[in-house]
Amino acid sequence: MKPEYKRVAYYPGCALEGTGHAYNTSTKALGKALGLKLEEVNDWNCCGAMEVKNVDPKVQTYLSSRVMSIAANEMKHSVVMAPCNGCYHNLKKAEYDLAHDEASRETVARISEKAGHEAYQAGQLETIHALDWIKDGVGEEALRARVKKSLKGLKIANYYGCMYTRPRHIFPEKDQGPGSESTLKPRFMDELLAAAGAENVDFPLKTACCGGAHTLSDSDTSTKLVLNILEAAEAAGADVIATECPTCHSGLEMHQVRAEKVLGKKTKVRMLYFTQLLGVALGISPRKLGIHENVSDGLEALKEKGIV
Amino acid sequence: MTPLALIEAVLDGNPGREELLQLAEEVLEAWVIARGETPTTETSEGFRLLALHRQGAKGVPSFNACRETCREIAYHFNLLSLSEREGSRESCERPERMMTMLVRHLALFVYGKMEVEGLGEFCCSSRPLRLESPAENREGSSHA
Repeated sequence: MKPEYKRVAYYPGCALEGTGHAYNTSTKALGKALGLKLEEVNDWNCCGAMEVKNVDPKVQTYLSSRVMSIAANEMKHSVVMAPCNGCYHNLKKAEYDLAHDEASRETVARISEKAGHEAYQAGQLETIHALDWIKDGVGEEALRARVKKSLKGLKIANYYGCMYTRPRHIFPEKDQGPGSESTLKPRFMDELLAAAGAENVDFPLKTACCGGAHTLSDSDTSTKLVLNILEAAEAAGADVIATECPTCHSGLEMHQVRAEKVLGKKTKVRMLYFTQLLGVALGISPRKLGIHENVSDGLEALKEKGIV
Repeated sequence: MTPLALIEAVLDGNPGREELLQLAEEVLEAWVIARGETPTTETSEGFRLLALHRQGAKGVPSFNACRETCREIAYHFNLLSLSEREGSRESCERPERMMTMLVRHLALFVYGKMEVEGLGEFCCSSRPLRLESPAENREGSSHA
């Protein structure tokens, strides 16, 4: 266990204030139930996501570095937790760039000075995902001991999406043997949900592309990619797809609806954030976990199994 | 190049593992040819598919977004080969269905990427920087 994960800087990012609101709600509720403290980064900004990257990747590096600078220099944190795969990815990428690229360091120093704050230096902060936070801040044994409503009987396909493990070089802590996360076959979400009693199905598309980046410019490809993920989850026997990224989650939900409307292909697998599933297992009410905000009816799946 | 619609039609016809593997290779061949190269005839870990993927990902880190899909195709091929050797036709049904979905995913991803170059950039968004960084060679060769 890592005691430094008991109190971390929290970077929710834009999506968790919009389409991923339920992920924000459930992450906070879960942390509270597990005795983990979140301190939201003061005056945080966009991580740079897609749009800024396409204009200038170094400005994206700066934007992520500003968030880390506030967490490290102003709030004196040593760990920042980002539940969104996009934010997590961009903070990790900024960390890598600042450690390996002089031009990035110069850009960050220059803009930070103009903006009137201390420039973030590589190594000041550890960036973690919500999965690391629960896995290494609490662990399966302690989680299992707190389960009030086992997820027994619920078959889950764990979908990690594309950015949680790629590109590998920005995640030096992964693939480090026992205890570390795997980039080839991620397992942290599987293990946490198994500790809560769920049955994980063998799901080979757990890191496959959902076409999220082209959901507007090439919607049909995105819909077909998502439909294939949904059908594969069903073929694997899953009742639910567990997600850990707001973009993946809303993409799966939106294109599930679109696949039915445009392609006439109906799937019944439901999507739930892993924080919602763990929260239910800990006895937190579904409303407090924002399950009613999901597009797909996850509550019905839980009711069918007698979990809620 | 085999049109995507034709690939999807073949996939709808419940092809066997050999045909599925061949289709997956054709998809990657199309990608390699579209980039002006000759598809490799070499194998990696016993699969030409994996060698083709490695060739296709050179200089295009976002192509690694389908690396695990290719590896899962190879895994399911092995799984089916084993089941067939043991004469267990029943245990072939699920992996065969899953392999079909994996090949479909590969085809959708690669053909989608040929239509819109940026597909998959979401997961490898640091490419512009890497082109200037010392990590470029590593990225272009075996990185995923």
